[in-house]
Amino acid sequence: MSAMFSQNPLMNGPNYSFNQAPATASGGNTEHSFYPYTDNGGSTLAISGNDFTIIAGDTRSTSGYSINSRYSPKVFKIGGTTSSQDDANLVLSVVGFAADGEALKERLDAIVKMYRYQHGKPMSVKACAQRLSTILYGKRFFPYYVTAILGGLDEEGKGAVYSYDPVGSYEREQCRAAGAAASLIMPFLDNQVNFKNQYIPGSGEGHALQERENIPLPKDEVEDLVKDAFDSAVERHIEVGDGLQMLIITKAGIEEKYLPLKKD
Amino acid sequence: MDTLVAQYSQPMFEKENHGEDDQMELYQPAPSLSLKFAMPPVAQPSAWLRAATDDHANPNCPIKIAHGTTTLAFRFQGGIIVATDSRATAGNWIASQTVKKVIEINSCLLGTMAGGAADCQYWLAYLGMQCRLHELRHKRRISVAAASKILANLVYSYKGMGLSMGTMCAGVTPSEGPALYYIDSDGTRLAGNLFCVGSGQTFAYGVLDAEYRYDLTEQEALELGSRSILAATHRDAYSGGFINLYHVKEDGWVKHGFSDTNPIFWKTKLEKGEFSNVTSEMV
Repeated sequence: MSAMFSQNPLMNGPNYSFNQAPATASGGNTEHSFYPYTDNGGSTLAISGNDFTIIAGDTRSTSGYSINSRYSPKVFKIGGTTSSQDDANLVLSVVGFAADGEALKERLDAIVKMYRYQHGKPMSVKACAQRLSTILYGKRFFPYYVTAILGGLDEEGKGAVYSYDPVGSYEREQCRAAGAAASLIMPFLDNQVNFKNQYIPGSGEGHALQERENIPLPKDEVEDLVKDAFDSAVERHIEVGDGLQMLIITKAGIEEKYLPLKKD
Repeated sequence: MDTLVAQYSQPMFEKENHGEDDQMELYQPAPSLSLKFAMPPVAQPSAWLRAATDDHANPNCPIKIAHGTTTLAFRFQGGIIVATDSRATAGNWIASQTVKKVIEINSCLLGTMAGGAADCQYWLAYLGMQCRLHELRHKRRISVAAASKILANLVYSYKGMGLSMGTMCAGVTPSEGPALYYIDSDGTRLAGNLFCVGSGQTFAYGVLDAEYRYDLTEQEALELGSRSILAATHRDAYSGGFINLYHVKEDGWVKHGFSDTNPIFWKTKLEKGEFSNVTSEMV
């Protein structure tokens, strides 16, 4: 059974659903299993600040050890009035199975667009976050194989990041890394964004040490953190690389930046 | 002949556009928290789901669902104390240290979250909706007994489908006074004075049972709730993060903070001399 889900191509070739080697059951009968998922690798990252949110993702798409694309975006603008999404105010990032991610993006986009037409105003991040949760939970018994992050600006104009599990449990956070390199990036963020395990020097002895005060970071500093996080992830994870797509949401709109990452 | 052909043939691109359900979803101004779920196209959806999502049955499962918890709630003379940790784990990975495991169903009802995070969040939101509808229909607040039974019947109707939740409903109503119920995804529903739920439940029970009395003062009760969670975060690797404390009273619940366990642990050790198992010497 475990071979069925193995990400090791030496065991069962690239993870195309139609290429799964049929498992042999104990009775000697050939069993064909339904396996509709592929892990396309990659990583995403979102950080919110006082008046901005940055959502970033690498643009590599893999299947097993093969790189299938060097430019396949994981970060999408949601809910603009046109297909160009110029006037969008929400951003969704999806990592996991790219086809499910695409389907989820299309569905959320359609719903947010319909909301705009019916209510005559754009959807708030808070409302969109709750809606995305119910969309994901609607497939509780046949999940979207994705880890989603939704970003935007809240009613007060503050940066907002909502992170999800594949079946829709969600939480508003300051920052979140998802995908293949989440375990490499998240500890870095805990330390550099939330100042975890940072103490004021000379403020006390041992357990009396005072924690460093938590202040929101300025935009240019966060941009540098995002770049550093991805450069480091590329060094140590095979599924991350090629390009870094960054969407920066401010009240002026969404600015898109693309930076090259190592391509080996 | 034509009718025969029509009966067995289908338009080639029928599924090209959105299906009727998808169309409805777009036109509905608000989504109904509906009971229509997408199902995998296999004979036994629950077995398939288990293979894809349950890391007990299959450690290599591709979809990791957040788990692991300590939650507790107990009745005492001043109302009900509800306390939880805040850690979510997916396998060995700590997915979050800031989960809100106490779900505010309405101003007088609290639910706790153990098991699948999404299951608890979604169905307690659904319960909140049903409670509000009950209020509008009957012009008075729903009893905790009735609310917990809505949830119990609901999860029972999904029995065997793979829902995973262990939840407590705590509330105070004029008819019942302070009431506490335990409901889990097997369909169990129990009324009681004291419950601990989750992977760290045994550790929490250990402290809670030793010190619990019905006539605890409010201050003592809050302290005991917090201390029991602390004990669980100390011994259960799947629990940790912050201690989320609530007190449910007659006129609604009051939040008593979301506090980091680490300073509380050292305060408890250094000022009260507890946790003497922890030393700085390496023995």
